[in-house]
Amino acid sequence: MADNKGILVVGEVAEGKLLPITAELLGAGKKLAGELGEALSCILISDRVGDAAKAAIVAGADKVYVTEDAQLKDYCNDTYMQVAEKAVADLAPRIVIMGQTSIGRDLAPRLAFRLGVSATMDCLELDIDPASKLMNCTRPVYGGNARAIFTSEGIPQIATVRVKAASPNAPDAGKAGEIIPFPVAIDAGKVKAKVIETVKEEIAGVKLEDAAVVVAGGRGMGGPEPFGKELAELAKVLKGAVGASRPPCDNKWVPDSIQVGLTGKIIAPELYIAIGISGSSQHMSGCSGSKCIVAINKDPEANIFKEARFGVVGDWKVILPPFTAKVKELVQ
Amino acid sequence: MNMVVCCKQVLDPEAAPSTFKLDAANNRMVQPPEVKPVVNPYDEQAVEAALRIKDKDKTQKVSIISLGNNLVRDVVKKPLSMGADELILLEDAAFDGGDSFATATALAAAIKKIGQFDIIFCGRQESEWDDGQVGSGIAEILGVPSVTVAKKVEVIDGGKLRVERVTADGYQVLEVSTPCLITISNELGEARYATLKGIMAASKKQPVIWKPADIGVDKVGAAARKSKIVKLFQPVKEGKCDIVSADSPAEAAVLLATKLRENKVI
Ligand SMILES: Cc1cc2nc3c(=O)[nH]c(=O)nc-3n(C[C@H](O)[C@H](O)[C@H](O)COP(=O)(O)OP(=O)(O)OC[C@H]3O[C@@H](n4cnc5c(N)ncnc54)[C@H](O)[C@@H]3O)c2cc1C
Ligand SMILES: Nc1ncnc2c1ncn2[C@@H]1O[C@H](COP(=O)(O)O)[C@@H](O)[C@H]1O
Repeated sequence: MADNKGILVVGEVAEGKLLPITAELLGAGKKLAGELGEALSCILISDRVGDAAKAAIVAGADKVYVTEDAQLKDYCNDTYMQVAEKAVADLAPRIVIMGQTSIGRDLAPRLAFRLGVSATMDCLELDIDPASKLMNCTRPVYGGNARAIFTSEGIPQIATVRVKAASPNAPDAGKAGEIIPFPVAIDAGKVKAKVIETVKEEIAGVKLEDAAVVVAGGRGMGGPEPFGKELAELAKVLKGAVGASRPPCDNKWVPDSIQVGLTGKIIAPELYIAIGISGSSQHMSGCSGSKCIVAINKDPEANIFKEARFGVVGDWKVILPPFTAKVKELVQ
Repeated sequence: MNMVVCCKQVLDPEAAPSTFKLDAANNRMVQPPEVKPVVNPYDEQAVEAALRIKDKDKTQKVSIISLGNNLVRDVVKKPLSMGADELILLEDAAFDGGDSFATATALAAAIKKIGQFDIIFCGRQESEWDDGQVGSGIAEILGVPSVTVAKKVEVIDGGKLRVERVTADGYQVLEVSTPCLITISNELGEARYATLKGIMAASKKQPVIWKPADIGVDKVGAAARKSKIVKLFQPVKEGKCDIVSADSPAEAAVLLATKLRENKVI
């Protein structure tokens, strides 16, 4: 694979729209393409790609490959792998990057092992080493307590990039780019794990990923009630969303989809208010990109105070009612 | 049905971040005395997933494989005390320093040696490197389908499984033919505790120990790596928290709101 060239971004599309992670990957990819002096391509795999292909060009892609098939509506390893494998064979990229998402987490390792190369997961930064032209991948390890820079020699180099870790390029509506159909004959006989149903657990109100303010509760909330009451009320006043650390999800106090952290949602709101959360490294992995972290915790030694900008030591039951009342007064 | 669960011994990931120290020269974490080794939490839940299937039919067999060096017997035996049938240790100094590629290669070779299997369970990721690749790697090497990040696994008719796979905003339901590999996420629910009877039974069982030669893999551990660590470091944190205090917690709460306003945070 000595002649492999260029960066291939495996983008994500939902209902004909380009997902934010794709623009972030194109941001990371453009930097790599610049460092290598090579082209930036993107492949979009879905039942219906629609205007997303054009959007990928505006977001920085030089070429967009479009693979559309009714069998690609839902992500399934056995169908997407057929596309990914053909894309690597035909397009011969030097580097393949995906998002650290439900799709990328599952697809990247399997693709890497099939190709006999190594994937580097959940990266924060990607750079090219000028001498070797190999990609260096910086990623958190030990739950976020440390970071490591990895490299590998097998081509293509494969990496997944953490959500919100890379900045998208400034949209360029006039950018030239090519949209190229990339049909793949999906062999249904190879599908051994078949998706038979997709269940969405929609949460009413502001979406956690998009919220400018997140009010998050942890094990210290003690039960489900405050999530629906005190936290929801504060979130409403600040036009934000309610989040949680893992224990409230594990205890079924709140839906799993509002878990913030390494294995939950990665968010970067303007304001993150952590209440009854100790601040484990795995939890902080999901919110340390927030502009301002405010902690309310009864334990002055809690790690969250090492991560927060403002804090109050005390019982949330005593702190929250006057806090919410004052906030309400101030923002009105 | 034969089930195999891959369980890694890790340093307790719930230890306070302040106890965390690196041995950067050797690309690993230093083990402070207060941080104890445990079974990787997701792997305990993978054992739970297998045992839930065994609960319905006691004739089904659950084998555990752990790869490492100087494994602590009380730790790696925990799955036995929960109810697993046998424990295989890939234990040798040569297994040290491997990456996902090295680990998946060795585990896949060991599973081949076990012979017949219907379901392989892994955790969604282990808590040291947080890689989440070994499961998919084993599946690829053995040429079986994989479903990752599962929260529910049930046997349905015809030797098939019905698996719920967690996604960002819900879950997918998949039907998978066996043999296959499933990785388990915390949404599965808590792993069972070891019973006294289980602990007694486990103490009597001796693990089977396999060396690299026993699984017919010539390169293992650091020698089998595909990825190189260029640098391992701890990011520096400034940590300047303004702890707002006042005569009473209620006054502190009001003061906090005022400060957030002054700083244009709200
Ligand atoms: C591989 C791996 C991945 C993980 N991924 C995630 C993840 O994505 N997200 C995540 O959150 N966790 C994750 N975890 C779990 C993580 O290690 C911690 O267990 C978890 O974050 C702890 O949640 P917590 O802070 O709510 O609970 P605890 O650590 O129990 O903290 C509760 C806090 O509440 C405070 N408190 C109690 N009562 C009150 C009160 N009345 N008023 C004020 N404060 C009070 C206590 O002082 C304490 O600090 C992961 C773990 C592993 C091993
Ligand atoms: N040394 C090991 N011994 C046994 N199982 C392992 C080992 N390393 C990884 N695994 C399994 O592979 C899963 C994913 O590991 P990783 O890809 O390293 O995050 C873990 O949750 C385990 O089930």
